[in-house]
Amino acid sequence: MGFFEMTKTALKTVLSRPVTILYPYQPAKKTGLTRGHVVQDGSKCISCSICVKKCPSQAILLNKEAKTWQIDRFRCVVCNSCVDTCPTKCLSMDTQYTAPASKQGVEVFTITYVKPPKPEKKEEPKE
Amino acid sequence: MTKQIIVPFGPQHPVLPEPIHLDLVLEDERVVDAIPSIGYIHRGFEKLVEKREFTEYVYIAERTCGICSFIHGATYCQGIEQIMKIEVPERADYLRTIWSEYSRLHSHLLWLGCFADSFGFENLFMAAWRIRERILDVFEQTTGGRVIQGSCKIGGVRRDIANDKLSGMSRDLDSIRKEIGELTTVFLNDDTVRHRTRNIGVLSRDDAYHLGAVGPTARGSGVAIDLRKTGYGAYDRLNVPVITDSCGDCYSRCYVRCKELFTSIDLIQQAITEIPDGPIDVKVTGAPNGEYFMRAEQPRGELVHYLKGNGTKFLVRSRIRTPTLTNIPPLVKMLQGCELADVPVIVLSIDPCISCTER
Amino acid sequence: MKQEQSIIPIDVGQLIGSVEQCRNEGYRLAQIGCTKVGDNDFEVNYSFDKDYVLKNLRITVTAETEVPSITGMYWGAFVYENEMHDLFGIQVKGINIDFKGTFIQTAIKYPFGVSISKGEKP
Repeated sequence: MGFFEMTKTALKTVLSRPVTILYPYQPAKKTGLTRGHVVQDGSKCISCSICVKKCPSQAILLNKEAKTWQIDRFRCVVCNSCVDTCPTKCLSMDTQYTAPASKQGVEVFTITYVKPPKPEKKEEPKE
Repeated sequence: MTKQIIVPFGPQHPVLPEPIHLDLVLEDERVVDAIPSIGYIHRGFEKLVEKREFTEYVYIAERTCGICSFIHGATYCQGIEQIMKIEVPERADYLRTIWSEYSRLHSHLLWLGCFADSFGFENLFMAAWRIRERILDVFEQTTGGRVIQGSCKIGGVRRDIANDKLSGMSRDLDSIRKEIGELTTVFLNDDTVRHRTRNIGVLSRDDAYHLGAVGPTARGSGVAIDLRKTGYGAYDRLNVPVITDSCGDCYSRCYVRCKELFTSIDLIQQAITEIPDGPIDVKVTGAPNGEYFMRAEQPRGELVHYLKGNGTKFLVRSRIRTPTLTNIPPLVKMLQGCELADVPVIVLSIDPCISCTER
Repeated sequence: MKQEQSIIPIDVGQLIGSVEQCRNEGYRLAQIGCTKVGDNDFEVNYSFDKDYVLKNLRITVTAETEVPSITGMYWGAFVYENEMHDLFGIQVKGINIDFKGTFIQTAIKYPFGVSISKGEKP
């Protein structure tokens, strides 16, 4: 029968450094793979709207006339589905978590991609 | 004849991580009956399957639960693969198994912490969660998510783990095993813990079987049900011991979970030594047509995903039967005849996950 | 690896007898699940497990059919039967703990049994 089984663990805890960090004064733990938030590169987006169809939480909206790509950060569940399916790799996952917000709203990105005039100039779409 | 009074327990209660309501019928301090009611967090996940393509539903299936999320996703994928007759590469099978066992470690450590909290042992609670943090770090390093891993997809897995990372994980587990050893000694040998858990909430073997108890709740009563024995994933190539205990009280259920922590570590290390090289996914074409009952072992017990497709991209039905739902009737039986002060410990001893239960 | 399972379609009238037989043979109730297959038709699967082999008894009913409760044989079946009633609106007769529609409370009654199109007021 043990009475002081916890003593060893408790003493160790008292004598060692805290395992928690003082977030937000110290940055949160991150790894290279951490799914923080989705960012879009407007110069590569071809408005194919595959990301809109593949989003399980319907957070993405694409307006082809106004040339905007918008995301509702409150709806986004950061599943990486859009990043995986994007054919031009214009979407990428940033490791920084979205900052807390007190108001709901959407983040709008402008699409600046211009369709290359003729197929012979293959270097153009990179601009 | 004593007068009966009814004490409501929950949905908000210090020991409950999630809302479940119990109406406890008391005679003095003794509980004579308990009536459970759920329905506080029904989110309609099963209905959502009709509105999302079956490939996207993986992300939704995974979000059914915040603790055993990976196993939900993997079970759904395996069910669809069975309907569509997709052969998953061996490496993907092993990776799924490794992540599943990490989920089990993380879930059991979380439970041990909550259980310690339920009888007021705060220090032990923190000790358990400190170890859990190391497991979550591994998740984040390998999948990118601490709690929702999102690394499973139909036809394989989305991310590979490099072989040197795998051997690093295996070495890391040796030190985790030592820490868990120290932690479980407290749970299994300390008199304070034993006093609060021995002979509390006894569930007989017969009751456990016929009321449909699964997982550690059943194994604590001596019913050896472990779905890993059916050999899904890579479990058919690994040696899975089934841990049971015969007393059926809270201590037994705690004992089973404590020992399963070591089983999980063994399984991960075994899988890491055996994992073959190769591709991690296959291309999926077409849509599921047919039905399948996919069953898997969650940290809490047997999980059933019933999937039915009609040849379109949208499934007709996804029925998720989570272990807590079937553990509620045994819980009611356990509560009958206990003292009011023991109710929190007994409720926690089945490891209730109510979000799962209601989907 | 494929897990062993079978589906046996039966009539509503045979249900009690078949379940009793399962109970006598030492089967464990794994789950009861409901599927909407037509406008007013539902499939109900009673899954039993013994030695990791799943046996499913399937009845096809309409919302008006009265399904007898199996809580006499399997006491714990009340959770599934109440759920079936609350989500699909299937009438189950003689449950030992009948919540009468309050087990899972939803804003729309029988959410899985009715179909609602976008924009339509429930």
